[in-house]
Amino acid sequence: MSYELNINGETLSVDVDADTPLLWAVRDNLKLTGTKFGCGVASCGACTMHIDGQAVRTCVLPVSAVVGKEIKTIESLSDDNSHPIQQAWIEEEVPQCGYCQSGMIMAATALLNNKANPTEKDIDSAMTNICRCGTYSRVRKGIHRAVELMAAK
Amino acid sequence: MDTISNMSDLGVASSRVSGITENSSVIKPSRRQFLKTSTAAAGVLALGISAPIATRRAMADTAAGESSLIDIWLTIDKNDQVTVAIANSEMGQGVYTSMAMLVAEELEVDWNSVHAAAAPAAPAYKNLMFGMQATGGSTSIRWAYDPLRAVGAGAREMLIQAAADQWGVPAIECKAANATVTHAASNRSLRYGELVDVASKMSPPTDVKLKTPEQWSILGTSAKRLDTPLKVNGTAEFGIDVQVPDMHIATVMACPTFGGKLKSVDEAPALAVKGVKKVLKLDDAVIVVADAYWPAKKGLAALSPEWDRGANAGRNNESYRAELLAAIENEAPVAHDQGDTVAALTAASEVVEALYEVPHLAHATMEPMNATALITEDGAEVWAPTQGPGIIQRVAAGVLQIAPEQVKVNTTFLGGGFGRRFEMDFIVQTLLAAKMMGGPVKLIWSREEDMKHDFYRPASVSAFKAVLNDEGYPTAWHNRIACPSIMSRVFPNSVKDGIDGQSVEAANELPYAIEHQRVEYKITETGVPVGFWRAVGNSQNAWFVQSFVDELAAKAGIDPYAYQMKLLEGHPRHQAVLKAAVEASAWSERSASKPLGLAVQKSFGSYCAMVVELEPDVKSRLKIRHISAAIDCGIALNPDTVVAQIESSIVYGLTAAYYGEIDIEDGAVKQSNFPNYPMLKLEQMPAIDVAIVNSGEAVGGIGEPGLPPLAPALTNAVFFATGDRVRRLPLVKAGYSV
Repeated sequence: MSYELNINGETLSVDVDADTPLLWAVRDNLKLTGTKFGCGVASCGACTMHIDGQAVRTCVLPVSAVVGKEIKTIESLSDDNSHPIQQAWIEEEVPQCGYCQSGMIMAATALLNNKANPTEKDIDSAMTNICRCGTYSRVRKGIHRAVELMAAK
Repeated sequence: MDTISNMSDLGVASSRVSGITENSSVIKPSRRQFLKTSTAAAGVLALGISAPIATRRAMADTAAGESSLIDIWLTIDKNDQVTVAIANSEMGQGVYTSMAMLVAEELEVDWNSVHAAAAPAAPAYKNLMFGMQATGGSTSIRWAYDPLRAVGAGAREMLIQAAADQWGVPAIECKAANATVTHAASNRSLRYGELVDVASKMSPPTDVKLKTPEQWSILGTSAKRLDTPLKVNGTAEFGIDVQVPDMHIATVMACPTFGGKLKSVDEAPALAVKGVKKVLKLDDAVIVVADAYWPAKKGLAALSPEWDRGANAGRNNESYRAELLAAIENEAPVAHDQGDTVAALTAASEVVEALYEVPHLAHATMEPMNATALITEDGAEVWAPTQGPGIIQRVAAGVLQIAPEQVKVNTTFLGGGFGRRFEMDFIVQTLLAAKMMGGPVKLIWSREEDMKHDFYRPASVSAFKAVLNDEGYPTAWHNRIACPSIMSRVFPNSVKDGIDGQSVEAANELPYAIEHQRVEYKITETGVPVGFWRAVGNSQNAWFVQSFVDELAAKAGIDPYAYQMKLLEGHPRHQAVLKAAVEASAWSERSASKPLGLAVQKSFGSYCAMVVELEPDVKSRLKIRHISAAIDCGIALNPDTVVAQIESSIVYGLTAAYYGEIDIEDGAVKQSNFPNYPMLKLEQMPAIDVAIVNSGEAVGGIGEPGLPPLAPALTNAVFFATGDRVRRLPLVKAGYSV
């Protein structure tokens, strides 16, 4: 079936079965490969995108459920790494292998969009993505730095 | 800033090579006579490394401005762009940055102008500590430290000479800085880009003078990582992201039991799924090939293959554990022997004994195994997140019955490696699928496949006996280990007299002044495939040894820090890191309200100590308040990377100590995905301080040395807090809530 999706401000059409997870429609059909596949069971967060502004794990989210919603992927943040979260991630040297970082960044961005100055507890509960390189303390620092950068804007 | 490109993006295409033979012996690099220019596109200075690395010169096709890139390490073009070829795989440890730093330091260029590019697979890029192009064992910087600095220095000297010749002045009067050669006396200067044409026609120097650490301006600094900008916007290309025109996407299921075979499979249910193209039968697996991953996965899920479950079908946790425990009942091959340990044990009035056990562990890299391959009449091309591009060439040559140089390997970024991507299983499957399809195939494993078909950290048991003198210090040390051998499968020639050195590392070279020592090891196969897991044998043996030393200190009634420092006499680097970690901790306030434990371990040429401080109420929830780590890796070439790798090793080690256990049931792995093989999360991340002890000694590894001391420092703290000596991991199975 053909589905019209609103992705990163564009209307894009994908021809897939109704049960196809958004992750795979975006990666394989639209060739937007910034969003990663990690577990396929919404456990690790590598596939996190924004659906109507909320961080959502898309490896189990069927395409048929997101028609008409505003979908944003890592590719939407900026053309030049100028988004405060990207700046903060670069300043704090957050990524190591980097594979989980698209999901981390999208989860962190959704957190900051909903709460401009999150507490440590807010960060603990919002950032449940898995990182095997152990960048967690830098993710936390990166979020705090992004708060400062956003406030300075 | 796009600082990473592929060598093929440099505007000069790779061309054919011929007559290259592999020499797998390890050769110590010399600083003399090993630089050479490569015939490159006009106007580019391209420098490579030749003898004593046993490669023949690549045949360069210089027609139409094409050149061989097969042995180039550094290019400088007319616009001053500096590109360093990175032979080792970037899996998070920072080699793209640190290897480029080695060249840039000597070259005298601004760090912001330096680019990195993935080197292709070719003998010239051999890791000289391995004798093949592969990344592991925390070797990258250890092998590249001299050769890559010499490349930078050689290019610098050539550029200086080119300028001096042009000006008719002695080279010694000229200076290079910031990609410019200057002759101060005549107030003249030329940019490198203006000199590369002349320099590229010169012979490289046979001897180069390297800077001393005091003269460094890039090395020793936390230079910004070159790959970070690509990893914050989704553009970093991992293996799973590779796009090849007309490629199919496939996924695989191997026989759930290790060593089992495919008997038969009815293909029809998969072929009925829209988008599925083909069902491929391998000896031990089924692959479904489709237009995209989702139909491939649905197709595979629709199949009900019949398996011949093989000889391991009856194995389970209890059976392999019984085999390991039985193996240590008997005398075993001797890995280390000094004094007369058996006599000392026999004569002693009291022997302290303990038995430790660790389970199999999965790697669980964030990026599941995957690769892409295309096979043509001319050879094969592979795109892979791999730790062994040089191994792929040889393995693919064997599978396809072609020559290794007919195999082009494109190493992408790796979504984690930890030793798992040293293996070739997923590469071989991809090659076979591409061959059967007659076109490009990207094979992606599901997380379940990744967890059930890993090469696991060996389960291991370790039995200790010790005799203490009147002061409480050991005079005899007997350690018998049983575990499967990784090297027996991977490099069987390295296993001598029943000893796999990796199975006993950290157990057989104790830094302790103990008169009688005997370490024995029995290779005990469990029917579970085993492989290199971060820190390899150190990962379990350091836990065993450092726990038992803590037991001895407790038995002697001596503070573990004082006890270790006394036993470590004559080993100043061990002592220095232990002292640094302890002094940065609350050790002097160690008490019921501040429970602490410590451990120290040398591995991969570096020394690391850790002190773990727990929240006091360990029984209700084990929570780490703080970790003080100290690391001596000789010279910290990029201190921020050193800190990041210690943090990373702590998280990897902590995850294993808390949760890690692969269960075997009916010959297959029970765990399937993160919900039943849990990972440490951000909320559990302890506060960590890392002290860098710059000893100035030989450069050591950094990707792994932070892992071994973590688990023993943690469980030693648990002992101090509770009196409970944890002798079997993981902690969640020992009744602790984390």
